[in-house]
Amino acid sequence: MNLDEVLQTFIIESRELLQDMEDSLLIVEAQEDQTESIGAIFRAAHTIKGSAGLFGLDDIVDFTHVLESVLDEVRDGKVAINTNIVALFLSCSDHMKVLIDHLAEGGEGLSDDGRAVGNDLISKLSTYLDAINQPNVPQVIEAAVEASDAEDVDNDNWHISLRFNHVVLRNGMDPLSFFRYLGTIGEIVQIITHYDAIPEAAQMDPEDCYLYYDINFRSDADKVTIEDVFEFVRDDCLIHILPPNSRITDYVGMIQSLPEEDFLIGEMLVRCGSLTPLELEAVLKLQSRMELEESTNSSFNKPPLGKIMVDEGVVDPQVVAAAITKQKNTKSNNVLEGSMIRVDANRLDQLINLVGELVIAGASAALLAEQEGSSSIKEAASNVTRLVEEIRDGTLQLRMVQIGETFNRFNRVVYDVSKELKKNIVLELSGTETELDKTVVERIGDPLMHLVRNSLDHGIESPEVRVASGKSAQGTLRLNSYHESGSIVIEISDDGAGLNREKILAKAIEKDLISADHQLTDEEIHNLIFEAGFSTIDQVSNLSGRGVGMDVVRRNIEALRGSVKMESEQGVGTTTRIKLPLTLAIIDGFLMGVGSSSYVVPLDMVAECMELTEVERKSSQGRNFIDLRGEVLPFIRLREMFHVQGEQGRRENIVVVQSGTQKAGFVVDTLMGEFQTVIKPLGALFSNLKCISGSTILGSGEVALILDVPALIEQTLTSEQDLQYQA
Amino acid sequence: MKEKTVNKEHHKMIIEGELTIFTAADTKTRLMASLEQYSVLEIDLSQVTEMDSAGLQLLILAKNEGVTHDCSLSLTGHTTAVLDVLDLCNMLQFFGDPVVMSS
Repeated sequence: MNLDEVLQTFIIESRELLQDMEDSLLIVEAQEDQTESIGAIFRAAHTIKGSAGLFGLDDIVDFTHVLESVLDEVRDGKVAINTNIVALFLSCSDHMKVLIDHLAEGGEGLSDDGRAVGNDLISKLSTYLDAINQPNVPQVIEAAVEASDAEDVDNDNWHISLRFNHVVLRNGMDPLSFFRYLGTIGEIVQIITHYDAIPEAAQMDPEDCYLYYDINFRSDADKVTIEDVFEFVRDDCLIHILPPNSRITDYVGMIQSLPEEDFLIGEMLVRCGSLTPLELEAVLKLQSRMELEESTNSSFNKPPLGKIMVDEGVVDPQVVAAAITKQKNTKSNNVLEGSMIRVDANRLDQLINLVGELVIAGASAALLAEQEGSSSIKEAASNVTRLVEEIRDGTLQLRMVQIGETFNRFNRVVYDVSKELKKNIVLELSGTETELDKTVVERIGDPLMHLVRNSLDHGIESPEVRVASGKSAQGTLRLNSYHESGSIVIEISDDGAGLNREKILAKAIEKDLISADHQLTDEEIHNLIFEAGFSTIDQVSNLSGRGVGMDVVRRNIEALRGSVKMESEQGVGTTTRIKLPLTLAIIDGFLMGVGSSSYVVPLDMVAECMELTEVERKSSQGRNFIDLRGEVLPFIRLREMFHVQGEQGRRENIVVVQSGTQKAGFVVDTLMGEFQTVIKPLGALFSNLKCISGSTILGSGEVALILDVPALIEQTLTSEQDLQYQA
Repeated sequence: MKEKTVNKEHHKMIIEGELTIFTAADTKTRLMASLEQYSVLEIDLSQVTEMDSAGLQLLILAKNEGVTHDCSLSLTGHTTAVLDVLDLCNMLQFFGDPVVMSS
């Protein structure tokens, strides 16, 4: 087992748990019934502490232990939830994130600052704890407190049964010496020496051991300590240790409060201290031996572990029953979770690359079949194509992630900023199930954060200002997302003050971005914000306002081949709309021919295609638009656009494409139909080509260019406008 | 081990030194011989310096076999070593002998 890999899993899972903890902390104060959230918070801390313990991560264990102790008090109702304690817990969760990050970076010791923060938090946490519960107290002492309070009844003692192997005396060991040692860690209340196994004199070997014992033992030690007494005779003796009765309910309770993990019963009982790992091993051996012995008997079932253990007298039936219940609950929860598995992102990318190659190879096979093959080969090839399409869709789906994950991160941001700026802001999310590619999600996070902060900082006014202008005291920040013909749209809107048109104009003139008499539409004015160095804020806060944000935001979005626009109405609010292409590596494309060249557009952007008749050409009177059922449709001839050589054919076709609400037409020679398109990037040399977004390889081996439809539509519209102005 | 016959029926066995696994085999033979021969056997333990589980086992065996062979067995002169073991193993009642602490 590679320790590093397991450690990575621990880091990932801990981060998820800390996110759960934070989510619950943000909502718990407002809830009427807080039990579930408190449970979730406690479980997160408990699980992290347990796992960290496995790795020997003492820093994390020590800190989390204190937090867990306080959370336990909260769970028991001894400490109430209020704003202060929630803020303290949030700080603790932040500190734990720091500890995990530190671990992930491979750091050895925490920095002095880090330690100071940790110690400060621990002392604050400690004020909530009773005098009894101190950090790092081993469980033995807790047990001591319980045992001494309990009644002095026989039931309160340990029961140890010893079944020695007959060679134990020959091996130089004597049960008596173990009893004496046992006496040093407790009191032997009663020993029962069983001598019934001593045979008749004739058969009795004086050097064999025929005696076996049952001991009633009173002690504060824990099970492992007691078991350790018999360490040297382990191999020659069957040892069973039953804890005192009064503590069995504790064990039952402990099993039920275990965090949701899938344990076998045996492991659970080991975990709860009722069974030592050695006993579990012995019982497992017995279980499989029984199975082996009875393997010829067809009706024999491997007895459940719990039954064996109870039969062997190792574990109290009550405890086993609790463990079984727990296991059933855990199993059914796991079924509900839908059994997820963790996959390395690189492997997924490799898989997608392979699928891409498969698509191309399949296409060339299909082409050959079409040209040269019999009908049965054609059928086989078309089968392959269909299957490849399904694999393609399935594989690409694997990389899709719901945007809700990213949106949820902003809960904390809104919470913190509202408190910091003393504003009352609520976050509303919609369209959280909208899926987008994993890489896009990762890269859109920072720009989104910036825009959100802008809304919180500059957009939404303080409660006093809002009420004064007739708005509700609570401001709303809304994050929305939806699909729109081949793109994904993310909207960030607030009901704040909106963009101040005059201020922006003034600043732009000041910075020489525009001249004083330049006529700009509202939209253009708003987009000025994206210029570098632009900020109309009078006071720079540590959140925003320095003017280095918005242009970076726009650049990041454009790097993803997306676009960003702002809509605003003064006094009402602002909406920022980000459009991103669903940049999948393989898309359904529509192949068009112009001369001997081929071009591809994404199929889901194609609205319709038809023949561009002589009549229509004439009626457009040399202008590049046609009458599409009463609608004006501008078009461009790809032949002209790309300066394709050769004679133009008699017939022309027009492909009507749509991006959002804008439509345009591409005039081409031939329509070649649907085509599975593997997007191959063009290379750095061509990165500035505005209207081409990539290339692909046809079945014939030729290269076709993939058109950037939104950009081309823009081009089409503006060129038509220019023509209008010229006229 | 010293042996003394008090009278025709009553035999006394004095066990000297260790009553442990190291002397077990030998002691057993002698014990069984005496048990079969006599109808009253007294085992004098006043010279026993050390006793272990094997020794205890032998005493138990002797008691059991006494019943079988119709020989009445008694233990006398328990030293501290013997008493400790019998007490620890809760076997005093089994033997039922009056216990006198030897000096």
